Amino acid sequence: MRVALFLTCVNDTLYPDTGRAVVKLLTRLGVEVDFPMAQTCCGQAHYNTGYRHQAEPLARHFSDVFGEYEAIVTPSGSCGAMVKELYPRLGERARAEGRGDSLAQALAPVVPKTYELTEFLVDVLGVTDVGAYYPHSVTYHPTCHGLRGLRLGDRPRRLLEAVQGLDLVELPGAEECCGFGGTFAVKNPDVSAAMGADKVRNAESTGAEALCAADNSCLMHLGGTMARLRTPLRPVHIAEILASTEEEPLA
Amino acid sequence: MSGTFVGMPAFPKAAHEAVHDDTLRGNLRHATHTIRDKRARAVDELADFALLREAGKQIKDHTLRHLDRYLVQLEESVTAAGGTVHWAADADEANRIVADLVKATGQSEVVKVKSMATQEIGLNEALEAEGIAAYETDLAELIVQLGHDRPSHILVPAIHRNRGEIRDIFAREMGSWGRPAPDGLADSPAELAEAARLHLREKFLRAKVGISGANFMVAETGTLVVLESEGNGRMCLTLPETLISVVGIEKIVPTWRDLEVFLQTLPRSSTAERMNPYTTTWTGTTDGDGPTTFHLVLLDNGRTDTLADTVGRQALRCIRCSACLNVCPVYERAGGHAYGSVYPGPIGAILSPQLRGTASEIDASLPYASSLCGACYDVCPVAIDIPEVLVHLRERVVQGGEVTSGGAKVRLKPAKGHAAERAAMRAAGWAFARPAALRAGQRFASRTRRLHPRKLPGPGKAWSASRELPKVPAESFRDWWQRTNGGTTGKSPNSGTSGKGGAAK
Ligand code: SF4
Repeated sequence: MRVALFLTCVNDTLYPDTGRAVVKLLTRLGVEVDFPMAQTCCGQAHYNTGYRHQAEPLARHFSDVFGEYEAIVTPSGSCGAMVKELYPRLGERARAEGRGDSLAQALAPVVPKTYELTEFLVDVLGVTDVGAYYPHSVTYHPTCHGLRGLRLGDRPRRLLEAVQGLDLVELPGAEECCGFGGTFAVKNPDVSAAMGADKVRNAESTGAEALCAADNSCLMHLGGTMARLRTPLRPVHIAEILASTEEEPLA
Repeated sequence: MSGTFVGMPAFPKAAHEAVHDDTLRGNLRHATHTIRDKRARAVDELADFALLREAGKQIKDHTLRHLDRYLVQLEESVTAAGGTVHWAADADEANRIVADLVKATGQSEVVKVKSMATQEIGLNEALEAEGIAAYETDLAELIVQLGHDRPSHILVPAIHRNRGEIRDIFAREMGSWGRPAPDGLADSPAELAEAARLHLREKFLRAKVGISGANFMVAETGTLVVLESEGNGRMCLTLPETLISVVGIEKIVPTWRDLEVFLQTLPRSSTAERMNPYTTTWTGTTDGDGPTTFHLVLLDNGRTDTLADTVGRQALRCIRCSACLNVCPVYERAGGHAYGSVYPGPIGAILSPQLRGTASEIDASLPYASSLCGACYDVCPVAIDIPEVLVHLRERVVQGGEVTSGGAKVRLKPAKGHAAERAAMRAAGWAFARPAALRAGQRFASRTRRLHPRKLPGPGKAWSASRELPKVPAESFRDWWQRTNGGTTGKSPNSGTSGKGGAAK
């Protein structure tokens, strides 16, 4: 199987380790991974901030870049939700505004082929034990887009539970938003920071070494909060845990 | 008596104080978490809640689509049952109608059933200006009124107060409004409730005019419905000689049968009860029983304008259960007052900028008072996609566009203060449309990574004030991919990978 890695602009620019982990993991599972170099950004920040019209060309660009692949895999719940939930809406709204069907038609093929990483592993590859080894205690934050956008359910947890050596500890208030919310973090800094601090304190109370999520945007916000609050916790993307093996542990 | 919302600062500023008020945050956190857990249990008990939710949504959508027809039917039914219907286009007109009706009775005081519509139009203040005293009889509203405060929650307007604060308010204020609080009042719920009961009883028995809203109006019979927990509302609805109900035009349901759905979903969503303790219905007037005069004031106040918006109109499905407030992480930290309206929380963030327009600072900031976490949509018993409407209204704020205002189509200019953001979004859009430009930017960021400041200037300052910035890596993923062919050649941290070469396009 040959899949395209949609890494997202945030991961590409700030978190290349996550991308390398996805490549390593999928390759280990026998999947051929391609990284179309023309990919850029899904347009989520534009859309959510109220610049829907500016998100449209980015969505079109996405379908140009990824249209030919069997499957598109992304290690980001929020960008995955942008494609799967909101691209169809972009098409509908363009139609409602009398601008024809062309956007809807361009986007229709990529939507069902796009998978968030854990969804791809569990639903498409049919694995929960990916042969990973990570001898640490971890608490898992499900993230809003993973939980309520993509409805990932217990997929990430099942994957983590199968990791050898990993001690998964329950996060109090797991389903609450971490307070990132893209531009929300900048537009409402006080509330955003208070939400982030509460999330970090909850994670700290579990005694876990690492806080895991399937989205580096939330982890950036939480990691920045951890550093400021000087907690011993560290943020870690689920792809990096799943890519880690006994022979080649996570750096 | 209660404070006003006019001239509120924008949401982020209003939220700033609340976030740093530990007592307030503690009160809110305790109250919202208790009720949200109870609600989840009460909803889980019903195997068909998802179906009820869908049914509620459909009934409301159908009614809104044919609102003109149902309003006319309602007016006919109410009139036939001995009531009088008045139409109010806006708050001023509604207040004037009510004040005139009260004056015509020769009375100078009224008792009130808790009602969002009368708060929305500022009825108490308007009556006060006409020399009429309006007494709130709902326990929480009473606390707000006696405390010269503003409500901060749809269902529990005094949610921001704890028992100690309430005891102090009762002891200090009750005497100047009627029967004073008993000496040595303690802060146990039973004693506080008893003090309120004694204080209110003399008002119920004296009042000749009652004012209410309604949760529902049944078009086929002209029946109005109020759901409440305390029974104080029922006192006001039955004891006075004259009853005046002020109700938003969207509160109609076509038939009695439709109530079946909402009488199940509303109590469970709001108070986490299987059934609310008091459901009062009244239809016009009846000889020898209840009020002898009944007036219904149908309130528009921005509702038909909202109805004209194909995305935003779903906000009119709201049955004011307040479930969205109780699960909202932003509401929990910012408190209800920060929303600058009687409608706080997620529903307030989409309702106020539609009913009032986005011209004021507070209304333009409300669509951004959310992290779009989606918890409000998940709990809403009529499935209002609040995040969708928030993003839709953000678009209105930053881009302007056509809206309906006062029944006429007008073209809005973008709100002030978004020019830099618009430019940034355009620039980002430009770079993202050109992978080479994105890549050049990444490389520049990597090369200069040691020079990056630890604090950001401009709008980014808010970020770095409370969180550390991520460090820019030495190499972007795409550069690594190209250099190592996806890890198959060259030095890489994960040299074991064997991904195929990058088909650069
Ligand atoms: S928007 Fe939905 S959840 Fe919120 S108060 Fe209205 S009906 Fe209840």
